[in-house]
Amino acid sequence: MDAALAARNRETMTKLLVICVAMLGFGFAMVPMYRQICESLGIAQTRAVGAANTQVDASRSVTVELVASSGKLPWRFEALEREVKLHPGQLVTVNYRVVNTLGRPVTAQAVMSTAPSEAGKYIEKQACFCFSNQTIGAGEERIMPVVFLVSPKAPKDLTTISLSYTFLELPGSAS
Amino acid sequence: MSAASPAHDTHHDDHAHAHPTGLKRWLFTTNHKDIGTLYLWFALAMFFTGGVMALLIRAELFQPGLQFVNPEFFNSLTTVHGLVMVFGAIMPAWVGFANWLIPMQIGAADMAFPRMNNWSFWLVVPAAILLVASFFVPGGAAASGWTLYPPLIIQQGISIDMTILAVHILGASSIMGSINIITTILNLRAPGMTLMKMPLFVWTWLITAYLLIAVMPVLAGAVTMLLTDRHFGTSFFNAAGGGDPTMFMHIFWFFGHPEVYIMILPAFGVVSAIIPAFARKPLFGYASMVYATASIAILSFIVWGHHMFTVGMPAAGNLFFMYATMLIAVPTGVKVFNWIATMWQGSMTFETPMLFSIGFICLFTIGGFSGLVLAVTPVDITIHNTYYVVAHFHYVLVSGALFSLFAGAYFWLPKFTGKMYNESLGKLHFWLSVIGFNIAFFPQHFLGLAGMPRRIPDYALQFAEWNMWSSIGAFIFGFSQLLFLYNVIECIRSSRKAADNPWEGADTLEWTHLPSPAPYHSFETAPVVK
Repeated sequence: MDAALAARNRETMTKLLVICVAMLGFGFAMVPMYRQICESLGIAQTRAVGAANTQVDASRSVTVELVASSGKLPWRFEALEREVKLHPGQLVTVNYRVVNTLGRPVTAQAVMSTAPSEAGKYIEKQACFCFSNQTIGAGEERIMPVVFLVSPKAPKDLTTISLSYTFLELPGSAS
Repeated sequence: MSAASPAHDTHHDDHAHAHPTGLKRWLFTTNHKDIGTLYLWFALAMFFTGGVMALLIRAELFQPGLQFVNPEFFNSLTTVHGLVMVFGAIMPAWVGFANWLIPMQIGAADMAFPRMNNWSFWLVVPAAILLVASFFVPGGAAASGWTLYPPLIIQQGISIDMTILAVHILGASSIMGSINIITTILNLRAPGMTLMKMPLFVWTWLITAYLLIAVMPVLAGAVTMLLTDRHFGTSFFNAAGGGDPTMFMHIFWFFGHPEVYIMILPAFGVVSAIIPAFARKPLFGYASMVYATASIAILSFIVWGHHMFTVGMPAAGNLFFMYATMLIAVPTGVKVFNWIATMWQGSMTFETPMLFSIGFICLFTIGGFSGLVLAVTPVDITIHNTYYVVAHFHYVLVSGALFSLFAGAYFWLPKFTGKMYNESLGKLHFWLSVIGFNIAFFPQHFLGLAGMPRRIPDYALQFAEWNMWSSIGAFIFGFSQLLFLYNVIECIRSSRKAADNPWEGADTLEWTHLPSPAPYHSFETAPVVK
């Protein structure tokens, strides 16, 4: 094999190797390409990227004002946020803080009320400190969540709900 | 015609040495014929290895219920059977033919890069050992199917790493082999051997080699992503980390569809050599054969989606892949009609290579038609992952690629060995193969249409009858391959001297310019092609 031919062979090999490296790069380039194509065609939901909630009515919002009252108990009880804005069907978590300022443990039950009062049946709670009695030790502070949504069935003119909790001491809880 | 080395050929020091003998000859050989022989024997060994797995599968499926193997091992069998047959048997066998024939058919002395050629072959061996040895590690061999789909493949044990490494090595070997083949064809053709005078086997391999260097790196990338997903905390395909298993299917089948043409295009070349030889007529429509092969290769890059009609694509995507897939029937049809036209009014004789070639045309066409059925999206949605698919791809790969490999082996054995094989034994091998094959795989169309899923070790009772027939056919087919092994060995050891051109109609350079057996160094002075 003469030198000229060997050089020509090496040149051909180099060209072919460039194709190989380019195709290896193309294989990896398919990763971002795939994402982009799925997103631009709007078929991202065919990818398993977490279950989408189809119950959310994104066309409107409801403001829920969070009100806390400790009634006759000398507790400090407050919502950590003044209000939340949410879409009907959207699950939200809000937190309340309670501090027992008494020198003794107290067992109390929180009672919910809403304004307007008919809004109560559209508040769907999945977790709430009001589901059970709360026994708070002397001087203890506690952060307590409420997980809820406003039902998509709520009437359209219901744009603001006041969600209020009042703690009432249970009879005989004082020790 | 063995020419003496011309005086100016002093650079070619390979030839100056005496041939090493024994193991060293085969370990260090840079001779294209030696390497071709190594590839062919290796492929035959892997063919029997994968065949044993196939027979274990068919033994288990002979009756409903679990008789011989547990389901995990069954899954490993189907997976490694596929990998071994694709990467260990069919592809190396074609590379073996390419090594033997391409230099002789274009009038070159050897391949362009003889040392790289040696390395290409000896890489394949450790890869095959890795694949087969993965049966013996904890957790058993890869059980995800040969397509290596995540998430299953990400969860299995160390055998997956062995499989991935094997695929990497095989890919490197294929790429080196392809670079060698392309360079040989482009740069080492004898004077007068223009591209459009090349035998079709050379043409089909040129196009196949381009397919290989285009898609093997993509497969390497895909399995690298699997590897980093498994061990290095990436999430290409892991949904828990924001990845997407569906993306693997897209990348894999972007490789996978050209890959199936990599296995079948050289078959077209072999059949295009044999049909004219035994019809004693030149090939009908040579140029259209070349263009059809190129069209099939180009189309193979835009049809991968037909492997994934049910995974979730927009309707427009499904339609595009459906029509593009059907388009492939056009160039393939051109080929089939050209072969038939070549036989038309020819003086045909039916020696074993011709029988296997005609068997190829009939049965490959059935596989092509079932492929068209599967290409119809709504039909595919009902029969995907059923035995109909298994029947389809065995018709194109066994009676397509494998039958033409046998045709080529019988056709060129006289040139390789200088001896004639036993014609009656060859015909017996053909008839047992074609009967066994059809008993094994034709009923699988019925099973698939009736809804039997693929890759299961047990099945509902209504599938029992055809599975029994399929298993009987598989055992007839499997054991009749021992006849081929016997015939090859008997041929090598026999004293029936083959003529330089034992076939009346064969007219390529290896028949017209070289004695049988082809000398160790051929065409050191290039022939002049008129």
